[in-house]
Amino acid sequence: MATNMLKERYSGKINTVTLGATKEQGGTRTSTVTVGGDSTMPFLHFEGDMPLKPVIAMEIEDIKPDWHPFLKEVYADVMDNPVAWAKKCVEFGADLIYIKLNGAHPDNGNKSPEECAKVVKDVLAAVGVPLIVVGCGEEEKDNAVLPVVAEAAAGENLLIGLAKQDSYKSVAAAAMVHKHKVLAQSPLDINICKQLNILISELGLAPENVIIDPATAALGYGIEYTYSILERGRLGALQGDKMLSQPVICQIGHEAWRAKEANALEADFPNWGDQGERAILWEAMTAAGLLQGGAHIMVLRHPEAVRLVKKNAEQLMIKPEI
Amino acid sequence: MLIIGERINGMFKDIGVAIREHDPKPLQEWAAKQKAGGAHYLDVNTGPNSEDQTVDLPWMVSVLKECTDLPLAIDTTNYDAMEKALEVYGKPGALINSIGCEQEKIDRVFPMAAKYQADVVCLCINKVGIPKSADDRVAMAMEFVANAEAYGLQPDNLFIDPIILPVNVAQEHGVEALETIRQIKMISNPPPKTTVGLSNISQKSPHRSIINRTFAVMAMTAGLDSAICDANDEALVDAIATARLILNQDIYCDSYAKVFRQR
Repeated sequence: MATNMLKERYSGKINTVTLGATKEQGGTRTSTVTVGGDSTMPFLHFEGDMPLKPVIAMEIEDIKPDWHPFLKEVYADVMDNPVAWAKKCVEFGADLIYIKLNGAHPDNGNKSPEECAKVVKDVLAAVGVPLIVVGCGEEEKDNAVLPVVAEAAAGENLLIGLAKQDSYKSVAAAAMVHKHKVLAQSPLDINICKQLNILISELGLAPENVIIDPATAALGYGIEYTYSILERGRLGALQGDKMLSQPVICQIGHEAWRAKEANALEADFPNWGDQGERAILWEAMTAAGLLQGGAHIMVLRHPEAVRLVKKNAEQLMIKPEI
Repeated sequence: MLIIGERINGMFKDIGVAIREHDPKPLQEWAAKQKAGGAHYLDVNTGPNSEDQTVDLPWMVSVLKECTDLPLAIDTTNYDAMEKALEVYGKPGALINSIGCEQEKIDRVFPMAAKYQADVVCLCINKVGIPKSADDRVAMAMEFVANAEAYGLQPDNLFIDPIILPVNVAQEHGVEALETIRQIKMISNPPPKTTVGLSNISQKSPHRSIINRTFAVMAMTAGLDSAICDANDEALVDAIATARLILNQDIYCDSYAKVFRQR
């Protein structure tokens, strides 16, 4: 008996969003990154399009962070120099650089908006890939810093954030004026995720200028919540919900390297095996899981995890012959 | 649930005059107004006073297709006029509104639907009249589905209408219509779509809006996919948007009623 391939027909698709701008486009990037455009569930090439591959952003900070010892091992020589750090990440294969302006935090040196803008400009001058720029997380300070950064980097088509439900206006307005994209983060809540997109669009910024951050949980620490939200949002988008049709970014490195399994010594947990391998796989496996949920941009830290996730994504992009 | 805006109908005086004078403006205004209200389709009906539907209906379609991206529900039982209108429409996705459950109508209209890639509103009514029970209505629905296959249509190309009657004079039909909708969703995979002429439920009653929206919500729970109704009845559209949420058909957000209208 013949077997019919069951194919779902969807009416909607994920928006296509480009980050970065080349010289011809008014920026200084040597490459741009375009994500989205999917008209099917992740990697189901047989029933729809997955035209663009998922990409990797590597995370850096403007001041030396207190990261995990295995990350310090890799970045020891560059962690106090964001320019050199960014360059090193590009060598490791980063499609984008994700820079967190932690130094702006009142408890971390309280850098001025102008100093923050200079760091961003310096990194822009040092590398050719597009940039993702986020504030320190202190709302009031970020509202002062991000508009200055947005202005200083006008034309570069940054992804800038975070926009959250209670504080989205100043970053969304700055992005609108200086033509950047907005990173909209919701706290593992699809209803707030959708509402935030509506609020941003009501300011006048088109939904095509937003990337969703659903908030990421690491493997073993609630990844299934992130996963199911990704899946539900994706289904909504494919059924025509314009306020959930934005591509998705997952901040994986930060969460994965906090997991106990990344931090426990082998001497204390001999059954868990080699710590280094385990920690790197914790990051890579978190990414691999969320890739299946439909992540478009994955923010990672360890170069070996980057290599593994890239390989995984490349294999998933191969269209099977059916 | 899909809202099929009922307003572009020659029964309404302004549209009747516009058709007589071939003045596109009232049609275009109602197209925009119904879209803003939340309509997903626009019903197009010449009304009974058209001298020649084969001229007026294609004219209405040509005017509307210029000014709106909403698909049209072409509303006539004059199938020559229907065919001309579909030809003018010239793209897939129109809704043929409607046929009764009579073999000669099916044989006339289903090939046309296949040719123009249109969907068909199929009424559970035949020469004998409107069936009393849900069972008799479902039997007609099955006849439509069986015929669809023979003509190369999918079951979900059909919008089956159980026929609803005014609650003030035919009260016992409402619950039968609801049961019909429930059963229609089980007769094939994919199941046929369902529709109703919603405003019928409240004919000649002084409480039209509340009766319409109460029935709409009840029918949605039974599996109703679309209704020909007043897209500018705000309370009705709010009720439909809310029912969609509670049935988990749209993802909740605080501005859900507004978002529903933007789709």
